[in-house]
Amino acid sequence: MSNYKYHILVCGGTGCVASQSPQIKASLEQKIAEHNLTNDVQVVTTGCFGFCEKGPIVKILPDNTFYTQVKPEDANEIINEHIIKGRKVTRLLYIDPKSSERKSDSKHMGFYQKQLRIALRNCGFINPENIDEYIARDGYAALAQVLETNDPQQTIDIIKKSGLRGRGGGGFPTGLKWEIASKNPADQKYMICNADEGDPGAFMDRSILEGDPHTVLEAMAIGGFCIGASKGLIYIRAEYPLAIRRLEIAIKQARELGLLGENILNSGFSFDIELYYGAGAFVCGEETAMIHSMEGNRGEPTFKPPFPAQEGYLKKPSNVNNVETFANIPVIILKGWEWFSSIGTKNSKGTKVFALAGQINNVGLIEVPMGITLREVIYEIGGGIKGGKKFKAVQTGGPSGGCLTEKFLDTPIDYDNLLAAGSMMGSGGMIVMDETSCMVSVAKFYLDFIVEESCGKCSPCRVGNKRLYELLDKITLGKGTIDDLNLLKNLSKVIKDTALCGLGQTSPNPVLSTIDNFWDEYLAHVVDHKCPAGQCKALKSYHIDPDNCIGCGVCARNCPVGAIKGEKKMPHEINQALCIKCGTCYEKCKFNAIFIK
Amino acid sequence: MSSIKIKIKKETKDKIVEICNSFNNSPKELINILHKTQDFLGYLPAEAQEVIAEQVKVPTAKVYGIVSFYSFFTMIPKGKHPISVCMGTACYVRGAEKVLDEFKHLLNIKVGETDSAGKFSLASLRCVGACGLAPVALIGGKVYGRLAPDDIKKILSEYDDCECQR
Repeated sequence: MSNYKYHILVCGGTGCVASQSPQIKASLEQKIAEHNLTNDVQVVTTGCFGFCEKGPIVKILPDNTFYTQVKPEDANEIINEHIIKGRKVTRLLYIDPKSSERKSDSKHMGFYQKQLRIALRNCGFINPENIDEYIARDGYAALAQVLETNDPQQTIDIIKKSGLRGRGGGGFPTGLKWEIASKNPADQKYMICNADEGDPGAFMDRSILEGDPHTVLEAMAIGGFCIGASKGLIYIRAEYPLAIRRLEIAIKQARELGLLGENILNSGFSFDIELYYGAGAFVCGEETAMIHSMEGNRGEPTFKPPFPAQEGYLKKPSNVNNVETFANIPVIILKGWEWFSSIGTKNSKGTKVFALAGQINNVGLIEVPMGITLREVIYEIGGGIKGGKKFKAVQTGGPSGGCLTEKFLDTPIDYDNLLAAGSMMGSGGMIVMDETSCMVSVAKFYLDFIVEESCGKCSPCRVGNKRLYELLDKITLGKGTIDDLNLLKNLSKVIKDTALCGLGQTSPNPVLSTIDNFWDEYLAHVVDHKCPAGQCKALKSYHIDPDNCIGCGVCARNCPVGAIKGEKKMPHEINQALCIKCGTCYEKCKFNAIFIK
Repeated sequence: MSSIKIKIKKETKDKIVEICNSFNNSPKELINILHKTQDFLGYLPAEAQEVIAEQVKVPTAKVYGIVSFYSFFTMIPKGKHPISVCMGTACYVRGAEKVLDEFKHLLNIKVGETDSAGKFSLASLRCVGACGLAPVALIGGKVYGRLAPDDIKKILSEYDDCECQR
């Protein structure tokens, strides 16, 4: 490698690619060539920096300057000012919303200060398409160490003592899982990586695969050695083309260097990895369903036991772990279980990656130590609620999880606390909602998802969830009764107790947790026929306040159905029979004269 | 099982047979075969499923069972410019539903349908992973972020000039 004076890192995550980061890279390279700087400055595409809200991100090393919302036409100024003259391009620096100061590097940004990056340690630092960069950051050193020690049980013990639990949602201790699979003798075993990230609003696994694919390959080889598997299989969503491409490149590079394939590092251990494509089915995140899908069938779950560790892929013992779980393994081996178990809470060690999204200022991918509070995540990392509105709830755990309210803001986040609060860790979606979100509609949104994704094998899930959806729909239309609320509760409990798989058993959670935390809001829908958040169309009406209306006519001109009438310079009126409640008048009025009842 | 009445062109059939052969006609590879066939045809018409079933030696119902199970597979040809509106939770809470409604309204089609000219088709999908740009829609490979219902008309008009004959 040549000695570059500057490295310009351009984010190549999905969000930034969508806002022209490849063009930024091209313009930077063009300007570098024009100034004959190709031997001094290198432009690298990296994985996700996490700060998606302010993308595309460009970071310059060695001075750690962090530019946000860069456009391709900014390339000229970055090269001319920063690289040639050594002056930072101030207008592209991040503005701290609290102090209104511009921050020149990421270490001083609230978004990064509370974070601890273990699984994402390489995302945004290395070029994911170059194995040398991974190796330069201790990549494959853990595999070498494990193979040299040549004692699978010793490695399993390290993982067990570290306290690492499955990051896909279940939270099963990873070391124990490996130990069980290692003790089932068979002529062939499989190490499977579950990369079928199906939660709507979650993109942790995708970012790891796009930003640091080798860490997953290395960890799978380590796991394979521990349980005695010579084959690794990655089940990945076909909707993730960039992650697939980077994995393919990574596998090829690892094979070329002998880090995958026959007789790895002369240890006598052979291990190779193949990709399997999912085809869009949420239930395939459930391990038995995923295995059926890999075998070329409908992805329907089956009853456990037998567990995959006993009878998995092609009836052979198989071990399934999630992408983020794997990403923790190499670091634990290199830094020791004592270090890892010193982070986090009593029963939840290490960190968790969350996809922070929704009505929040800093949408992005974050990694925080277990035990951090929701308040720190939302207000310090997330920068608070968008538009200065009031916090209402945060939804964790995706469609199987629940909503947490203000009273849980200071609860330390870990597996057990979230479960006790009526939600769950899940895979790491964290959706923040403000006062304009109607919780009945949110529950309906998740049920709509579940109804679509239910595989149809067992009737509690197939039929029960459909009925739950219909009840919620009825309530949002203002036709619900108190009896419906009781029915909702009872039916939810029955589904929870009787459904076949994890998806079915957790599917009523969004209903139960919103009923528990927002009972008043449900009551308002069925008793007063009002939607307090003003989101349910059937339950709201728009009115003009004659005191504020100056008769400018903007509302009448913009009304798509001609429901607003009035004399010029006189207060207007809305004809409720014609109004379709689209809200256009409300958005267009500059005098706050339109209100929702 | 004998082939009933296969209406697709011979070249198309040959290509599908070739795809099946490349996976050793193994039923275990059905999902990969369907992926490749859909890459080639753009969708999976009933006739293509019959060819695959015959080739892999499983009932057509089994192939159809898989096609209808997974949302990635479609039996309806997509429009020249397939539109996908992200309905992930992050987009939903930032107003994706209104954006989707506006597409439906302007194109006069439902989700999963293609307009009569074969120009646009409309789908909703779960999370593109660009939650920072929510709400997001994809038209072809192009990503449109931070959408409001008012933007949709203008965006669709970007595709006015193209000659869209299927």
